[in-house]
Amino acid sequence: MTTATDNTTARRADKKPATMAQALQRAMRDAMAEDPTVHVLGEDVGTLGGVFRVTDGLAKEFGEDRCTDTPLAEAGILGTAVGMAMYGLRPVVEMQFDAFAYPAFEQLISHVSKMRNRTRGAMAMPIVVRVPYGGGIGGVEHHSDSSEAYYMATPGLKVVTPATVEDAYGLLREAIACDDPVVFLEPKRLYWSKSDWSPEAPAPVEPIGKAVVRRAGRSATLITYGPSVPVCLEAAEAAREEGWDLEVVDLRSLVPFDDETVCASVRRTGRAVVVHESSGFGGPGGEIAARVTERCFHHLEAPVLRVAGFDIPYPPPMLEKHHLPGVDRVLDAVARLQWEAGH
Amino acid sequence: MTVQELPGAAAYRPTPPPAWRPRTDPAPLLPDPEPYRVLGTGAELDRALMLKLYAELVRGRRFNAQATALTKQGRLAVYPSSTGQEACEVAAALALEERDWLFPSYRDTLAAVARGLDPVEALTLLRGDWHTGYDPRRHRIAPLCTPLATQLPHAVGLAHAARLKGDDVVALALVGDGGTSEGDFHEALNFAAVWRAPVVFLVQNNGFAISVPLAKQTAAPSLAHKAVGYGMPGRLVDGNDAPAVHQVLGEAVARARRGGGPTLIEAVTYRMEAHTNADDATRYRGSAEVDAWRDHDPIRLLEDELTARGLLDEDGIRAAAEAAETMAAALREQMNAEPSLTPMDLFAEVYAEQSGQLREQAAQLRAELEAEAR
Ligand SMILES: Cc1ncc(C[n+]2csc(CCOP(=O)(O)OP(=O)(O)O)c2C)c(N)n1
Repeated sequence: MTTATDNTTARRADKKPATMAQALQRAMRDAMAEDPTVHVLGEDVGTLGGVFRVTDGLAKEFGEDRCTDTPLAEAGILGTAVGMAMYGLRPVVEMQFDAFAYPAFEQLISHVSKMRNRTRGAMAMPIVVRVPYGGGIGGVEHHSDSSEAYYMATPGLKVVTPATVEDAYGLLREAIACDDPVVFLEPKRLYWSKSDWSPEAPAPVEPIGKAVVRRAGRSATLITYGPSVPVCLEAAEAAREEGWDLEVVDLRSLVPFDDETVCASVRRTGRAVVVHESSGFGGPGGEIAARVTERCFHHLEAPVLRVAGFDIPYPPPMLEKHHLPGVDRVLDAVARLQWEAGH
Repeated sequence: MTVQELPGAAAYRPTPPPAWRPRTDPAPLLPDPEPYRVLGTGAELDRALMLKLYAELVRGRRFNAQATALTKQGRLAVYPSSTGQEACEVAAALALEERDWLFPSYRDTLAAVARGLDPVEALTLLRGDWHTGYDPRRHRIAPLCTPLATQLPHAVGLAHAARLKGDDVVALALVGDGGTSEGDFHEALNFAAVWRAPVVFLVQNNGFAISVPLAKQTAAPSLAHKAVGYGMPGRLVDGNDAPAVHQVLGEAVARARRGGGPTLIEAVTYRMEAHTNADDATRYRGSAEVDAWRDHDPIRLLEDELTARGLLDEDGIRAAAEAAETMAAALREQMNAEPSLTPMDLFAEVYAEQSGQLREQAAQLRAELEAEAR
């Protein structure tokens, strides 16, 4: 018999570098092994294992009926998933790239998100829509959109995005187990980010709907998610040299939104910057800034600022570095929070 | 100038690509040039089935008339009548076994009622007290679907899932002629054929999509012809010939149940009323056309034939009319009662668990309601 301490030691020894893509694959694999109603479907998810290899090996292990290469039709993929869910299955749908999910919007908005409500709870839609999203990988046109604002604006959907290997596994497991539809946004440029991780004993993570403080600090809060989390952590390190102690909140879940964690942080620091790569106008940052202002007005020493992508169609790959909010833009915003006043 | 007319083009003879051949002979998939008919052909008729069809047609017509009247009294927000199309609606419901699923569009209230759904529950959507007034699982009827053709892939997914589970369940999906132009129609047929899903698609070609006639909707020889390109059989049927529709649907359902895959059926029918009570049909069609269809009325056709064959008499006709009247009176009475509305339900079924945001908004509404009550 081993003691708890031994266990922990053993687990630690098991840990080895894993990518976010591998953690996502493992999450689907474990869910499929535990629950025969979980089915994966999409374009090229079978033999190829997905263009990002996130579904690698699933068809081989579980057969083509459980991990299915569909015809090339996003509305058809999501529309048939609706019918499968009606019959008691839990479809996990892969949209190949963010901008190719748009043909499925009708199904997502008119049916997936509303079915529970239309049927007064008689018919849930336990569907996960996995969408690789965002830029920074040098993709050509239509391969780098950040579409989260569209999803967030649709009641009935949950919208989740991991920034760490642990969260990729934990959040996807939860999304698959969730009785409501979840749009699961996978930050493309973090697919190959690595972390020491144990697939046999993955560390438990906070549930969907909880934000986490990735770095504690006292001078201001950076509110961010997905691909911008590493940017903000780097900015926080850089800011230390200037004497700013920045807190970084990783939202993880855009819907439901964790007002509590975000506002507790802002009340502590008195200042906030929202950072994301999707366009600012009509974007998630506006909603977040408004919520923070409504709830923390008397604690704020400065207006809530936004650092976002420009309000332009996603630029060509050779120019994307000018569009994506990087460390410098975050630090500039932090500087604009009028430090002299309080610190 | 076409490509063929280009100088020198005639001399160009491409060699066929290696090992290419069409995958199937389309002939068995092609619909017959004339819609299939039973009435007037001397075919044998099953008396019990015919009387059931007749009673349901009469009840359906009365339902349409009653529901339309309810719009005039403000009891229904809107009603899309299926008068003239009752044979399709009734056959759709009667072609299915209890374990099968029906995927209706917004005009198909009658099919849902003929399948056994309570009329008031079927009309909830149109009255406006909730979207779907029934539990889809109880009667195996998907919610009446408003965005055109979007229910078709659902039918395919459900049928596919049932087959994966080893259940011999068939899904029947209804769509209008206009709906066949939507992308979802194409994607659903394609998925169904590739997966050999046990689905039957029934197009009720009633001539118009609101005001737009079929000729402006498609250049295909018929809507049933569309099946061939997907690799499934297409069938054309006289949509006002109830025994014919029932037979063709029955065969397609049986074929799907046997593992034979999907079928596309086009039922040629006519919408006798306007698109809904809010539409003015005189703006897009003449009365001569409507009158011509009056002579091809589904109830008249069946009634005449059954009477001529001695399967139906005056008593039978009266009994069907009386049953329909009883249904209409009950419907009137129930619909004249105020629906009970519970505003707090607005927040109840958005998510399995209410989010913080919704709890706050629910509290706001509760406070407003309490203030109102005071
Ligand atoms: C996607 C979509 N576009 C437009 C409409 C508005 N609309 C409602 S019914 C209708 C015509 C449908 O015609 P058809 O499919 O032939 O069915 P019918 O009304 O004749 O039964 C239209 C355009 C809709 N409901 N859904």
